Amino acid sequence: MKSAYKIITLAFAALLVLASCKKEKNEPGFDDQNLAPLSIEFDNIVGGQNLYLNTGSYTDAAGESFSVSLLQYFISNIKVRKADGTEYVVPQDSSYFLIKEGDEDLSHAVVNVPEGDYTTLTFTVGVDSLRSTMDVSKRTGVLDPSGSMADGMYWGWNSGYIFFKMEGLSDAAPVDPSGQHKFRYHIGGFGGYNAPTINNIKTITLDLSERGVAKPRKDRKANIHLMVDISKVLSGSTTVSIAANPEVMFSDYSVNIANNYAQMFRHDHTEN
Amino acid sequence: MDRRKIGIGLSLLLLMGLAACRKEVLEQLEIAFPGFVKPANFPEPAYHFNTNAVTREGFELGRRLFYEPRLSRNNTVSCGSCHIQSAGFTHHGHDISHGIDDRLGKRNSPPIMNLAWNTSFMWDGGIFDLDLQPVAPITAHEEMDEKVDNVLAKLQAHPDYPGLFEKAFGSKEITSANFLKALSQFMLLCVSSNAKYDSVMRQEGPAFTNDEAAGYALFRQKCAACHTEPLFTDHSFRDNGIGIGYNRDSGRYLVTLNEADLYRFKVPSLRNLAYTAPYMHDGRFYTLEAVLDQYSEQVKHTPNLDPLLQQNGVTGIPLTATEKKQLLAFLNTLNDKQFVTDRLLSEQ
Repeated sequence: MKSAYKIITLAFAALLVLASCKKEKNEPGFDDQNLAPLSIEFDNIVGGQNLYLNTGSYTDAAGESFSVSLLQYFISNIKVRKADGTEYVVPQDSSYFLIKEGDEDLSHAVVNVPEGDYTTLTFTVGVDSLRSTMDVSKRTGVLDPSGSMADGMYWGWNSGYIFFKMEGLSDAAPVDPSGQHKFRYHIGGFGGYNAPTINNIKTITLDLSERGVAKPRKDRKANIHLMVDISKVLSGSTTVSIAANPEVMFSDYSVNIANNYAQMFRHDHTEN
Repeated sequence: MDRRKIGIGLSLLLLMGLAACRKEVLEQLEIAFPGFVKPANFPEPAYHFNTNAVTREGFELGRRLFYEPRLSRNNTVSCGSCHIQSAGFTHHGHDISHGIDDRLGKRNSPPIMNLAWNTSFMWDGGIFDLDLQPVAPITAHEEMDEKVDNVLAKLQAHPDYPGLFEKAFGSKEITSANFLKALSQFMLLCVSSNAKYDSVMRQEGPAFTNDEAAGYALFRQKCAACHTEPLFTDHSFRDNGIGIGYNRDSGRYLVTLNEADLYRFKVPSLRNLAYTAPYMHDGRFYTLEAVLDQYSEQVKHTPNLDPLLQQNGVTGIPLTATEKKQLLAFLNTLNDKQFVTDRLLSEQ
């Protein structure tokens, strides 16, 4: 009798160990209380060249030469997914980032996710409609409408965030009232609050399996390195001529630019 | 020794008790702060009081901020500069308002009045939350031309404001949320509900005169579909046939990008018209007579002209001279002297 109990106990113990082994494999279990840092780097380039603010000169698909003096955009609502389909959504309160070219502190989105091997990255370019209409006390950090985010990413007259802002000089642009040949693209529009209007919120999903699965662990800092090709802003699905459209802000045409920049993100590699 | 300690302790307690009593007595002596009170003849407000309850401290801070020129780039223009209480919180006498450095805007300054019931703000309704409203005039080039974070820094460095924010919101740190909520608390209490019309409706005072009563009947028949009682607006956007303005301001279209909204503007309230001339979004009419003549004889056919202004093959709202006189008599009962002279809402 006694030995029978012993055997049963042993068998159970063995089962437990096996079960835990199976779960372990190479990858730790999905534990959303036990989080590891994961950074996403937004490396802005123009075609095959690095982007240099003001000094770099580039040519767009319409053959116009241009330089960039300002580039910034909102990245939000970050999600990661494993090969088995399990998904982790970063809590919304820690999922809003302003990316600004030329500012090292604003070149990465750093979030915390459970340890795991992630093959897919999803994020939003812009600010979702829920947060765009939330009580002002919930709009802190980069979402503070006070304009503490450099160069204003908020429209006061038509309540809403500017999702993407790119400005620069081009001889193709007509002289503006400030006397410069400047182009200005300020793209926003979350769909409207009390009347429907343009929705330029873009969700980007990138496959990481080919160029480096992200493996965040507590003792390390995994970094997903993205190349952001801003030449696509002017050529993604619509060829945008700076001469014809030197200023695009809250207008129907902005939809073309948003569709274009939705194509500018490419996974380059991952540092684990 | 021990007894002495106990004695000291007891007397300290007594003193504290007395101090507390005194504070209470003092508080009771002060006139009770009414907070936001819905007038008996008004509907439920639209504002989200659950996220910003009006307190005496918040309201008083908001009032001070409303009259604070530090909100503008060079500390010269306050909200009260273009929203003058004696003018029903509008910029009396100005077709379009001038702000900092005498720069001109493109629209007529709307009244800070009964905003707790507004479902959108500005002539084009581009702003959907009163808390977000002040950002627009503070940052507009031709109004205050300032950045909100600069305003917050100026207030934070001021000898009074950190203490006032602490009293109102429990923290000396001045955040944009608390700054905007304080301004909302002041604006929410700018309630105009004591015109003769209101006292008639609430049966508190003398009835309408014959002309006023006739005007009221005409108003209900010809105007009330858009200027709905008791706020005298249905908060909708309409093309009222005044024709495209000289600056071709396309109104609500700027916000929705919907062709059907071209040249539509928010229906304004009709309260306090005696104090708020000129009229319309661009202040093109200086007298109410001119406004009535417009509706009666000069409505223009633009693509989005409101259907109510073209019924049964008739353009506009035909009115006889007598009808106009009666309507003016009724509109005169919507002027709220108490509102434009209320000390509670004035710069202190």
